[in-house]
Amino acid sequence: MITTFAAALNAGLRRAMDDDPKVVLMGEDIGRLGGVFRVTDTLQKDFGDNRVIDTPLAESGIVGTAFGMALRGYRPVCEIQFDGFVYPAFDQIVSHVAKIHYRTQGKVLAPITIRIPFGGGIGSVEHHSESPEVYFAHTAGLRVVTPSNPADAYSMIRQAIMLDDPVIFFEPKRRYWDKAEVDFDAEALPLDRARVCVSGADATIVAYGGTVASAITAAKIAAEEGHSVEVIDLRSLSPIDFDTIEASVTKTGRLIVTHEAPVFAGLGAEIAARITERCFYYLEAPVLRVGGFDIPYPPAKLEKHHLPDPDRILAAVDRSLAA
Amino acid sequence: MTNKTDYPVQLIQPDGRRVLDREHTALIADIGPEQLRALYADLVITRRIDTEATALQRQGQLGLWAPMLGQEAAQVGSAYALRPDDYVFCSYREHAVAYCRGVHPTEITRMWRGVAHSCWDPHAVNMTNPNIIVGSQGLHATGYAYAAHLDGTEIATIAYFGDGASSQGDLAEALGFAASWSAPVVFFCQNNHWAISSPVRIQSATPIARRAYGYGIPGVQVDGNDVLAVLAVTRQAAARARTGGGPSFIEALTYRMGPHTTADDPTRYRSAAETEEWARRDPIARMRKLLERESLWDETFERQVGARADEVADQVRTATIDMPDPAPTQLFDHVYATPHPLITQERSEYAAYLAGDPDEATARPEGVPT
Repeated sequence: MITTFAAALNAGLRRAMDDDPKVVLMGEDIGRLGGVFRVTDTLQKDFGDNRVIDTPLAESGIVGTAFGMALRGYRPVCEIQFDGFVYPAFDQIVSHVAKIHYRTQGKVLAPITIRIPFGGGIGSVEHHSESPEVYFAHTAGLRVVTPSNPADAYSMIRQAIMLDDPVIFFEPKRRYWDKAEVDFDAEALPLDRARVCVSGADATIVAYGGTVASAITAAKIAAEEGHSVEVIDLRSLSPIDFDTIEASVTKTGRLIVTHEAPVFAGLGAEIAARITERCFYYLEAPVLRVGGFDIPYPPAKLEKHHLPDPDRILAAVDRSLAA
Repeated sequence: MTNKTDYPVQLIQPDGRRVLDREHTALIADIGPEQLRALYADLVITRRIDTEATALQRQGQLGLWAPMLGQEAAQVGSAYALRPDDYVFCSYREHAVAYCRGVHPTEITRMWRGVAHSCWDPHAVNMTNPNIIVGSQGLHATGYAYAAHLDGTEIATIAYFGDGASSQGDLAEALGFAASWSAPVVFFCQNNHWAISSPVRIQSATPIARRAYGYGIPGVQVDGNDVLAVLAVTRQAAARARTGGGPSFIEALTYRMGPHTTADDPTRYRSAAETEEWARRDPIARMRKLLERESLWDETFERQVGARADEVADQVRTATIDMPDPAPTQLFDHVYATPHPLITQERSEYAAYLAGDPDEATARPEGVPT
């Protein structure tokens, strides 16, 4: 069935709520409105306002009360309306949600999923286009994932909700309206596994979320120029599936990592360091990074320069191949 | 409970006489001689636990301790109002509440010794472990209370916090959520007058209980050094929660006689005269005067209570000193509930390092180009 990314998420949430009565959705405007991106459309009508809970406007409150509900056996799914709004909830996420299992030596679970539309490319105003994934990937106890296409959106949201660990679930908002075939009965790839979405032999591009489509476009253009480029969709940002990246790099000898977040101390740095450690003798060129600049997210009319596009990714591929 | 109370509820006067307060006396009408003696005994025992733990810290057996000396009545009185199936969210100073919930004395110091981040199994006694981030537990309690309400379970959830925490945004959000959801939660503020070195006037220009009114939540001030008054108002709030009445707010006026923690020096920021004034309002002395006045106190009873307190203190001391350091690989236990490759790898590498094994990961694989 051809489905949009947002509709696939909606179907995944609906399925999770059907499967487990302890799954509740919480957030601002998620009920009658269906969320500002309509991801929870019609769910309150069908499941009632005790399971699709319109909360007061307070992000720390959403996550903090979800934590209390989890202590009583619920599986809350919180919606943070936009990436830049998650910071008021940061303490609840990193100090409580992430640590309760460790703190209680395994006696208390916090199976909470925190959905965050993230990234730019929609021409919005300040605080609506950020990529805060590293703050969470740096926090032990959290899993951080991001689907890049409708099929993964459907399967990964269900896996995240079913997992006994807390999951930060980033949704690349510029992909909400992408359409693709989704097999709702297909067996899902494990949540922490990366996927090779384009096979190639000359260089590897690692991407996630909103940049996966850009990387695939770059690989197609490179192919027209006679270069065979492999593209890996990371999917899980914590943990990272280094085995899949290592297998690719031992084959291609070259690695380019791309993400929207600023490059400095970003996930690209972590991937470059680990792959250098694991594949040092196979690398033909330094690992390169193509990301956002080390600036606050810029005004909408400048974001096309900030976001890595296929041309900037290709420039890095050329630099790598020339090394 | 209404919003009419602009004075602290009190049921025992400093000289041990009862206060004629029909509304609140009725709430403790069932507290007979044996219960009065039991309350007194727990005030004494929990003070003994606290002084023993403070001594253990001074002797280097605990890394830190947050003394609750002076706050026994606020804690014991409120804890007595709760049922086993109620759920308690605490701060880091509720040692007497923990004891009254059934936490074994040998479990109270684990976190403070540094062998773990927790002291007891929360679900075994329906009470969370010490919460270090000030005020965040107000939201946890509200969420738990709301979940209990969704379950149709008639229980009360209570959140303990201090006057300093009342300044935190999370407490404001918790009051807002609780009122909006009519969540069955009791907000229990122990106003002990000092947030480390900051007097309560820095936290609030009005009585803290009045903040609840703005959220549509009834609030009450109670003499926090009067165990019967605290029991009465907490019973009222807990009953309100259990019967669908929604949230309540209690401000117990008490005083931290000691330092904020054993790392603190209160002589730098408050006067001896102030401390002495509060020492005259000591909650245990007041309860003893009541028992004496009602012919329930004698030296035999005193000896029995003292012996029990000594026994519990000895359990705390022995258990603390006997706590071994955890095995190094426990560093990696329970970070996640499900297997996580990074943690698995780090555990394995560190175990090999400790065992003196060569780290094979750094060896050059066979057949690679040089």
